[in-house]
Amino acid sequence: MAGVASGNDFQWCFSQVKGAIDEDVAEADIISTVEFNHSGELLATGDKGGRVVIFQHEEECKNRLQLRGEYNVYSTFQSHEPEFDYLKSLEIEEKINKIRWLPQQNSAHFLLSTNDKTIKLWKISERDKRAEGYNLKDENGRLRDPFRITSLRVPVLMPMDLMVEASPRRVFANAHTYHINSISVNSDHETYLSADDLRINLWHLEITDRSFNIVDIKPANMEELTEVITAAECHPNQCNVFVYSSSKGTIRLCDMRAAALCDRHTKFFEEPEDPSSRSFFSEIISSISDVKFSHSGRYMMTRDYLSVKVWDLNMENRPVETYQVHEYLRSKLCSLYENDCIFDKFECCWNGSDSAIMTGSYNNFFRMFDRNTRKDITLEASRESSKPRATLKPRKVSTGGKRKKDEISVDSLDFNKKILHTAWHPKENVIAVAATNNLYIFQDKIN
Amino acid sequence: MSEEIEGTKPATEEATHEEQEEMDDKIISPEKAEEVKLKARYPHLGAKPGGSDLLRKRLQKGQKYFDSGDYNMAKAKVKNKQQLPAVTQAEKAEITGDHIPTPQDIPQRKPSIVASKLAG
Repeated sequence: MAGVASGNDFQWCFSQVKGAIDEDVAEADIISTVEFNHSGELLATGDKGGRVVIFQHEEECKNRLQLRGEYNVYSTFQSHEPEFDYLKSLEIEEKINKIRWLPQQNSAHFLLSTNDKTIKLWKISERDKRAEGYNLKDENGRLRDPFRITSLRVPVLMPMDLMVEASPRRVFANAHTYHINSISVNSDHETYLSADDLRINLWHLEITDRSFNIVDIKPANMEELTEVITAAECHPNQCNVFVYSSSKGTIRLCDMRAAALCDRHTKFFEEPEDPSSRSFFSEIISSISDVKFSHSGRYMMTRDYLSVKVWDLNMENRPVETYQVHEYLRSKLCSLYENDCIFDKFECCWNGSDSAIMTGSYNNFFRMFDRNTRKDITLEASRESSKPRATLKPRKVSTGGKRKKDEISVDSLDFNKKILHTAWHPKENVIAVAATNNLYIFQDKIN
Repeated sequence: MSEEIEGTKPATEEATHEEQEEMDDKIISPEKAEEVKLKARYPHLGAKPGGSDLLRKRLQKGQKYFDSGDYNMAKAKVKNKQQLPAVTQAEKAEITGDHIPTPQDIPQRKPSIVASKLAG
């Protein structure tokens, strides 16, 4: 599989796993988002309990067993709390839907985290010095009697143990009637967008009491509702361009220079469907659960229930590449509808050089596709293959009657073990895979 | 790809042309076969697939209606019965006020003051 460094086949091996081992998974511990920052030095996770945990990459010298160093806990904080909107009788979950990092501008790190209704800007900063020798208070912090002070001194900065502090700098609230599914920082580093089921808003990072509505697909009569917005993203280098995907499997590209309200798209991406193959499930499985621009900005990738598609922004009538994630599920759609799995929202991601893409599946399997060689691989995130530097063995699902040794049959797949969230380091072949309440980190073997 | 079709009626000797065509369709598309299965189990499923019903259900996520009368009646009922009849999930229709909250059902909304196990 081609990667960032060369065109050789990579061998993925286990690096670390975070989280509890016990069988009983508390709902709050389920990881709901994973995101590397722009340098890859930091890895953030959000969970259903509204908490954010940030891991920092530490160099190899500390642990000679690791190939590229380890990710260790850097900071953790409670980002969102559960709320109840009494006026609307609406329960607001504290689950973190998305985390997006801002590009680093100084020594502090900033990220946006959002639940269904409120987006927050968090500042994560380090403190490794402390002032000592205050005039008005003593070493314990108690105020000194001003009449007792007979001389003045200049406080000095003394080193202290590193402390990482997370503080909420902005709270962007009350702008979404429906549930926020996406946030995306613009390349201008000043604005960002937030999207819910029916509307997309544009914010300025400094301004919390106002946001600008740029897309509104709410029909005048809600009975006429036919589709909702499922994901949205800003273009990586054109600050006037963004895309949003729908539950009908379409993507609209909008240009903010064209109009203040971007209800009319600039480009409309849809793959033509064969009307004779249409079934009850067609629309449900065509619903796009994630859309991601390539780092180059030339392509975008969409994830629907059974496949991942790569689109060339210059060609609207069909994708340039289609990859089947788990086609064997097509003959199981009835039971997947009954157990609600057909509504699972899988994400997808690009590697740093846009030569490979990755997405998750069931049974803790995840899939990688090499765009150049067209090779694909299925790997598993499991405790069994979690020995340090152990190479991951490719997995295979048997679809026919005969099941080979080491293969697993479709009916034996565990549909409760879903990998919805994965992330690829922006520069290296290091990946983070969220398997329910555990975070797995894998690296390639070639150094 | 599995060609098995479960739950369909065996073809009679006098199968009409339409029935034969339908059966050909089933053999060709596993997706259509799954649709037939679904419709056989849930005949009342809406004609509009993936349409307003599903979307409206999605938009209404989190909506909790509370009626103190219902609640007190349910509390009294729980003492007599073992459990209340559950709404069929596959019906995909949640009638407001139909699900009577019982003391066990109501989630305790406490903020998560416990630290994440990922940080452990």
